[in-house]
Amino acid sequence: MIEVVRKGISDTIQDAGRFGYQHQGINPNGAMDLVAMRVANALVGNNLEEAVIELCHPASTFKFETASLIAISGADFSPRLNGKKISINQPVCIPVGSELKFSKPLWGTFAYLAIHKGFELNTWLGSKSTNVKAGVGGLDGRTLKKSDVLPLRFSMADAQEVTVFPWRANVSEFYPSLEYIRCIKGNEFDWMNRRSQIDFQKKSFTISPQSDRMGYRLHGPSMKRSHKEELLSTAVTFGTIQLLPNGELIVLMADHQTTGGYPRVAHVISDDRSRLVQHKPNDKINFKFISLAEAEELFCSQQQRIHQLASGCRHKLLEHFNMK
Amino acid sequence: MEIAIFWNRMRIPDNHHIYPVGDHALTVTFGNDMDPQLNQYVLALANELAKEPKWYLDVIPSYSTLSIVYDPVVIRKLKTTSAFEWVRAKVTETIKSSLIKLEVKSRTITIPVCYDPSVAPDIKRLAAEKKISVEKVIELHTRQTYCVYLLGFLPGFAYMGKVDDRIVMPRLDKPRARVPVGSVGIAGNQTGIYPLESPGGWNLIGKTPVKLFDASLPDPVFFRPGDKVKFKSISMEEFETFDQNTMQMVLS
Repeated sequence: MIEVVRKGISDTIQDAGRFGYQHQGINPNGAMDLVAMRVANALVGNNLEEAVIELCHPASTFKFETASLIAISGADFSPRLNGKKISINQPVCIPVGSELKFSKPLWGTFAYLAIHKGFELNTWLGSKSTNVKAGVGGLDGRTLKKSDVLPLRFSMADAQEVTVFPWRANVSEFYPSLEYIRCIKGNEFDWMNRRSQIDFQKKSFTISPQSDRMGYRLHGPSMKRSHKEELLSTAVTFGTIQLLPNGELIVLMADHQTTGGYPRVAHVISDDRSRLVQHKPNDKINFKFISLAEAEELFCSQQQRIHQLASGCRHKLLEHFNMK
Repeated sequence: MEIAIFWNRMRIPDNHHIYPVGDHALTVTFGNDMDPQLNQYVLALANELAKEPKWYLDVIPSYSTLSIVYDPVVIRKLKTTSAFEWVRAKVTETIKSSLIKLEVKSRTITIPVCYDPSVAPDIKRLAAEKKISVEKVIELHTRQTYCVYLLGFLPGFAYMGKVDDRIVMPRLDKPRARVPVGSVGIAGNQTGIYPLESPGGWNLIGKTPVKLFDASLPDPVFFRPGDKVKFKSISMEEFETFDQNTMQMVLS
């Protein structure tokens, strides 16, 4: 098991999300950065959809009462193991009594801690993801707090010392340094006037500090509507960009509601979700439209690369443990 | 509670429109109206899709639209070059192959509501603005049978309509940070009940003791789209002594 010895600001258990219940108003939740969640799982040889701990800065400090194989991916909060710096995107074998602590945020917003074989937690409606609003899933449906104990499914019985494995996942291709976030048009894009339609594609937007797992609010040119009809509540998804009545935009994130009544001007493509999620408040972003066909193609290729990475990791782990 | 089950043969009309909602969902729309007939088409199509082996992640009915969430990687493995086109063709085919034999399981549920201003912080203001008495608001709200068009916003939150024109009221300008569980509200011509404590902008005109969301149940959500709902005014005393089990008994 691992124990939370110091509470983080908002750490939760998340997996790939709870699908199949949105018709009941139950939203999927799940990891904000699904790529990083899968990479962390891949590095420790897990099923890619296994539940992990999603960490925000300042993150919790953990004490391992069980020797474990762990990996951290996504944001880099300068993890330290027993005071010694360790790298992210690299599997690490740790003995009983180890303390994992995070310090300076170097990059990103959400980090993921995966542990070989995962946590021994109940699922709710087929998922371990935490739904804080409904108080279900994860650990008692809430963020982690001091003295929480998370039972683990597996113990690396013979781990005597910290072993950093000599390979690392190259994740840079999943976060390409593009100047824009790619989107496809929303059904109500032309409910905005001409000026706003152009501004959306030409001007920069700043991520508001009032952003969370539900949505990232954007500051920027005030968007004006030309079409005043009320939209009846209809489905929205992770990545939907809604136009709020005050002229601001919001990008809906993992904890989005299942339905909404604000005009959907665009949808961030799935391939760019992780890159957007890892932005910080006050970061500037631009949007660019691409075709639906391209978006699908990009996402499928991303998933294929994750699977390749996972099989590479599995191979390395097998090799390592056979050699021993 | 009565449960009336009847079969209804209907053809889902061809004048629908399908559009993408990002790269992993699409919406079938029959209009942008709060119309029980359009909602029936939505529920009929959802029913039909639920009968097939599940190739989608979610099917989300709304007032007059049905949205389907899918994994493009899974769909593309079905030997297609466009996941969106495959799903669109699938939905179009399902609609065309109707005459659909539609099973409408219509339950009529009576929900007790206490309209005492101590648990209904907006009822006096609503009455004053509408120039009617609080009693009249209660009478108008309890007189109608409402249709549950969809569940959304929160786990188990049922959007019901339409309320009497005389008590139609827009959402609050500034939503409350905390709406207590069970609060009954009005937003525009819709009425609904908060199944959880949550921030919210609906005008609160009452509170029900009925538990509408219970995570410990295999089916944690009380309402279903298509339900018919009536409200019954109860006193503060009845509210406080309400036995949740009586409601569960009636339901099972």
